[in-house]
Amino acid sequence: MSFVSLGFLAFLAVLMLLYYTVPKRGQWILLLAGSVFFYAFAGWSSLIFITVTALSTYFAGIYIGKLASARDAYLKGEGKELDKEAKKAYKAKVKKRTYLIMSLCLILNLGMLAVIKYTDFGISIINGIFKTNIGFLRFALPMGISFYIFQSMGYIIDVYRGKYAPEKNVARFCLFVSFFPQLLQGPISRFDELSKTLYGPHDFDWDKFARGAWRVVWGFFKKMIIADRMITAVIELSGRPDKYKGVYVVALVLFYAIELYADFTGGIDITIGVAEMLGIQVAENFDRPFFSLNITEYWRRWHITMGTWFKDYIFYPLSVSPKMLKISKWSREKLGNAIGKRVPVYLSTIIVWFATGLWHGAAWNFIVWGLLNCLVIIISQELSPLYGKFHKRFGFSNTKGYNVFQMFRTFWLMGFIRVLDVYRDVPGTFKQVGTIFTTANWGDLFNGSFLELGLAWQDFIVILLGCAVMLTVSILQNKGQVRDRIILKRPVPVRLILFAALILIIAVFGAYGIGYDAGQFIYVQF
Amino acid sequence: MKKALKIIVKIVALAALLVLCLGLLQRLLVPKYITENEEGLLVKEYYDYAGENDVLFIGDCEVYSNFSPVKLWQDFGITSAIRGSPQQLIWHSYYMLEDTLRHEKPKVVVFNVLSMKYGEPQSEAYNRLALDGMKWSNTKVRAIRASMTEEEADSEGFTIASYVFPLLRFHSRWNELSGEDFKYLFSTRQLSHNGYVMRVDSKPVTEIPRAKPLADYSFSDTCWNYLNKIRELCDDNGIQLILIKAPTLMPHWYDEWDEQIVKYAADNGLCYVNMLKEAETIGIDYYSENADTFDAGMHLNLNGAEKLSEWFGNYLKANTALGDRRTESHTCVIWQEKEDYYEEMKNAQYTQLREEGKLTGYWG
Repeated sequence: MSFVSLGFLAFLAVLMLLYYTVPKRGQWILLLAGSVFFYAFAGWSSLIFITVTALSTYFAGIYIGKLASARDAYLKGEGKELDKEAKKAYKAKVKKRTYLIMSLCLILNLGMLAVIKYTDFGISIINGIFKTNIGFLRFALPMGISFYIFQSMGYIIDVYRGKYAPEKNVARFCLFVSFFPQLLQGPISRFDELSKTLYGPHDFDWDKFARGAWRVVWGFFKKMIIADRMITAVIELSGRPDKYKGVYVVALVLFYAIELYADFTGGIDITIGVAEMLGIQVAENFDRPFFSLNITEYWRRWHITMGTWFKDYIFYPLSVSPKMLKISKWSREKLGNAIGKRVPVYLSTIIVWFATGLWHGAAWNFIVWGLLNCLVIIISQELSPLYGKFHKRFGFSNTKGYNVFQMFRTFWLMGFIRVLDVYRDVPGTFKQVGTIFTTANWGDLFNGSFLELGLAWQDFIVILLGCAVMLTVSILQNKGQVRDRIILKRPVPVRLILFAALILIIAVFGAYGIGYDAGQFIYVQF
Repeated sequence: MKKALKIIVKIVALAALLVLCLGLLQRLLVPKYITENEEGLLVKEYYDYAGENDVLFIGDCEVYSNFSPVKLWQDFGITSAIRGSPQQLIWHSYYMLEDTLRHEKPKVVVFNVLSMKYGEPQSEAYNRLALDGMKWSNTKVRAIRASMTEEEADSEGFTIASYVFPLLRFHSRWNELSGEDFKYLFSTRQLSHNGYVMRVDSKPVTEIPRAKPLADYSFSDTCWNYLNKIRELCDDNGIQLILIKAPTLMPHWYDEWDEQIVKYAADNGLCYVNMLKEAETIGIDYYSENADTFDAGMHLNLNGAEKLSEWFGNYLKANTALGDRRTESHTCVIWQEKEDYYEEMKNAQYTQLREEGKLTGYWG
């Protein structure tokens, strides 16, 4: 069930009505039932995968929790008299068992993800290397599998690390895994954060409800007015690379950046808004990333929960793993302290970005996309002393103009890397980008050629106005939430009129209808 | 309690504001069919003249362009109406008949068989022209479901919702709005004369494209199924069903198709008349400067329609038990109004034709 469907709105209306009328202790059960219903819409077979993930993670968590409790009880009771070494040995023994359980759980879930998502990619590699002709299996990717598996993996690792106790109620845990607003495209929530509000009880709070509703409608605005209109041009430009070179590649970079941002943040706004209407706090996933001054900052502000997930569950453990410490020691000895200390950090960074690319899709373009991000980050880091000297020398690094230049630079740099997403062909992408320097067709900007991309001039005006609104809101957000500071402070009639106006604008100017296939969110495919 | 009341008031106020604005927007954005695709008015107009028609014509443009109910009234005292829309498919016709029976019970149903050639939904736009104007009932829902193209069926819920709230379908017309959309925001114009769409201009046939041989001439099971349903519905309601093929030269009507309809009519005891074979008797002129067709053979103009109606009136008199209703005073009053409007439009069209050399609209 897509967010951009009448079915979803009807589902939401019924759910909200029931949610605030059932006894409060039953609210979370209703949410679970709603989530199962929502997920079942994608096909009953998909339910099997999410059930396997939820149950395997739940039981693994329970078992790890039991072992940890037994360990603590033993050390406080019978084992109290043990000497330090014996205690250490006992702890290590328990840790080994908990590690084994966690590993089995991770292997099962990652294995499931790997088989479903990456088998055909593996086959294509084998076919390429060994010149074989093994047929593709073409598994249908269950909705949101990358998101709920990562969320579950985060949970089991946290339980293993003793960050929090495992959830004892299987149904409550299933709700954590399957909470419907975040099933489609995240954010990837942490159990300790989401569980604070997920299980209620929640009284109907008009202010919270209204705040959530505003956010939902704002998400629809971005998705339906900007992203779903822009996608027509993106598909046309990326689908016919032979025709669209030079200036069109630059346009594609810009259009796709806008489309992806409006699509993904719009979806997340709907997710967070719906949760807010239910009284539930879901982690923020974006912090106006296009205002980033550099790529590292950009990745702190774009898809935040994914970035922190990779940092917390891959980068840090990898950096301090015994093998990496060995490499660190070796590299310091062989390459000197200055270079040697960078080796393990950069190695971990490369692995994380490789994994990030692979997470986004089972294709070389995603892997290259991840590694290019990594390359830019490493180069920036290496050049940062030089930048420091440069800024010190010329002294304009803190001016607004320079900041705008940095934002502009980061935006376009990320845009050119991101364009690998749309061409989906690594050599083809580089070739296309190369045409910017070899094809002199900048005049097409002014001769009406851009009106042949499937968008009329009125569509471009709508997109332009939509982007202007989006940019204004982002600038206003510098000083805090626009809803709280500006909208919700107005008198009720003004708020109602504004809210109604926003809905009407979406109803009229939104890109939707029969045969319009843009309704799906881009990040659902990941 | 006071707080709850406040919340309810806010929600009701918002809902009322939204409904009002959405209603207005919907009225503004749905096509008005005044200067373009005027035939979009036909299905809705039927309800204005439903009630006392003895003969009902159902079919596509081959009925709404070719038969004049006013002529049938003037010459034979037969009250008739046409339920036709552009490229009306056989299931559209079936459900229109079903819908008609909720409003009146004609004695004779005349079904034009050209639509037997289409076994699949053809176009979402034509579905709209056939179904948007139909009043809401279970029949309309079934008609929508039966008519969906593949694309429409892919989002069935949305499709049905878009018939309930046409704004969902026509919202993107914001960039095509014209003065007509504002002028006819709360009103419309009458296009038809009991379903007949008048054109007085002429364009003779100069060339008839050669009919391509088909790999398979058999009609689809879907079409036969709906033809059976039409026949059964007529039987169940004591209505005489007459099958016709209107005398238009294009699209081509193959002999192989004709043979199947002849056999079906014979097997089921129905009258079938292929008017293409009667064109000479009827006196239709396809080729002269003042030909009886306004688009080179696809549709008849007013002259042609009146000739055909006169001929068919005689056929009805000979093959049905229809009486002359010109003796009923209240019926005469109703039809006098129709005759007046018929004359008014005819004069307006001829005037425009005379003054401007061409017709730019049905209203002259």
